[in-house]
Amino acid sequence: MNAPTSTLVSLHGVSKVFTNGVTALSGFGLDIRTGEFLSLLGPSGCGKSTVLRLIAGLAEPTAGHVTWPGSAHEDHRSEIGFVFQEPTLMPWANVADNVWLPLRLRGLSRRDAQERIAESLALVGLQDFAKAYPRELSGGMKMRVSIARALSLKPRLLLMDEPFAALDEITRFKLNDDLLKLQNELRSTIMFVTHSVYESAYLSSRIAVMSPRPGRILAEVAGETPGPRTRDFRTSPRYAFLCGKISQILLEQDAEERA
Amino acid sequence: MAASSNPLRLVLPLLIFAAAIGAWEAAVRLQAIPPYILPAPSLIGTTMVADWPLLQASLLTTLKTTLLGLALAVLGGVFLGVVLSLSRIVEYSLYPFAVVLQVTPVIAIAPLLLIYLPQDVAVLACAWLVAFFPVLSNTMLGLQSVDRNLMDLFALYGAPASRKPFARLRSQLKALWYLRCPAALPAFLAGLRIAGGLSLIGAVVAEMAAGSAGAGSGLAYRIIESQYRLNIPRLFAALVLLAAAGIVLYLLLAGISHLLLRRWHESALGHEG
Repeated sequence: MNAPTSTLVSLHGVSKVFTNGVTALSGFGLDIRTGEFLSLLGPSGCGKSTVLRLIAGLAEPTAGHVTWPGSAHEDHRSEIGFVFQEPTLMPWANVADNVWLPLRLRGLSRRDAQERIAESLALVGLQDFAKAYPRELSGGMKMRVSIARALSLKPRLLLMDEPFAALDEITRFKLNDDLLKLQNELRSTIMFVTHSVYESAYLSSRIAVMSPRPGRILAEVAGETPGPRTRDFRTSPRYAFLCGKISQILLEQDAEERA
Repeated sequence: MAASSNPLRLVLPLLIFAAAIGAWEAAVRLQAIPPYILPAPSLIGTTMVADWPLLQASLLTTLKTTLLGLALAVLGGVFLGVVLSLSRIVEYSLYPFAVVLQVTPVIAIAPLLLIYLPQDVAVLACAWLVAFFPVLSNTMLGLQSVDRNLMDLFALYGAPASRKPFARLRSQLKALWYLRCPAALPAFLAGLRIAGGLSLIGAVVAEMAAGSAGAGSGLAYRIIESQYRLNIPRLFAALVLLAAAGIVLYLLLAGISHLLLRRWHESALGHEG
């Protein structure tokens, strides 16, 4: 594993005020390092999703900068894969055509995209479901399609917005492990938004804990190195320690707010 | 559980229908009701056969008006719906008039249309007017019902956001073709089913208005004419044909809808679920 040192994306002094006057973020600063698995953990409504949208260029910061230090390009959208909380598939198109969408928007014909579609589906273990329609799939499988779609452009940075929040715990555990394996194979950087202490502790090489609105970073916790976890990691003292440490930060913040 | 394959769903209404016809026939025969008051179903049947050349010509006229009116309503409604969805300014300036068009009872416009337009065009215009709005409003509703996240994906992976009007229009058209049109299909088809029935009603209403003005040859005109001549069996025969035309039209449109949506849309899945 190469040491994750260089910075891929840097957010500096970022504030976001929506047109309805709500301040989602204020003075938000965070560096995303190449190759890491960074979790953004915080309560609902603290602006986690807004951070992802700012990085993806789907929204503009009111103040501050989002920069890509290692890249001279203006447009970074081809380097980003985005996975929403909902699978967000097109119900009228089959699995392969759904994965095709980003490629199609880039001007690739179905024939030219065929190889990439098959590759992406194989990565998430859905190679036998290319012809299936979304309604025929379970929630977990739909999410896999959504991930395959995000991977179809071979992004350097995968942004995931609470992707497994709507799934049952058993499916979520399975997808957590698959995601770690996937990152190990693709060597991509993942930024993962979640409100689950346990999920962030399990997945991440670094956990950034956010405060309630207006969101800013409260503390950072170092997790495990990226890559697959051992079988007993979920029951290990190290995992329990991580969960405890993160929970403690959240509790302290809560106490501070009440005081 | 396949509800539609349950034979009772087909057999029961047919039984009720047959029983009602039988009771009608028996009541007319037993009480010797004269045919100019209430003709027996058998007499309506024989009238249908005897007057078939006349009735067939009328049926074709009404069907032609209905289908042409529906086709024009679909063309106009979809075109305007797409234009309105592309531009806020166009939407604000035109949509209120479409609503006004809808809430005005068209039968009140029919006499005016008959003055300004040749009779067959006036009848067609009437059918078009009533069928137009459901197509327009449903198409617009459908075009606006795309998943917001999908539109975000489109912004993320599509062409870079440009301030040039031409490039913006091009990306809007692309979104329209890839996302909005398929997403709008279920709502559009629901509108089409409503419009099919309304188009027939519009044609009948206009024919009646025209018929009382002394010209016309559609089924509704036959009904008015039979009423004046007290040819009640023929009136019933024309009524039966109108009802049959409505049913066939509905089944046809429902069939098209099912064919287009069966792979993916909830409304078409209820039968298998």
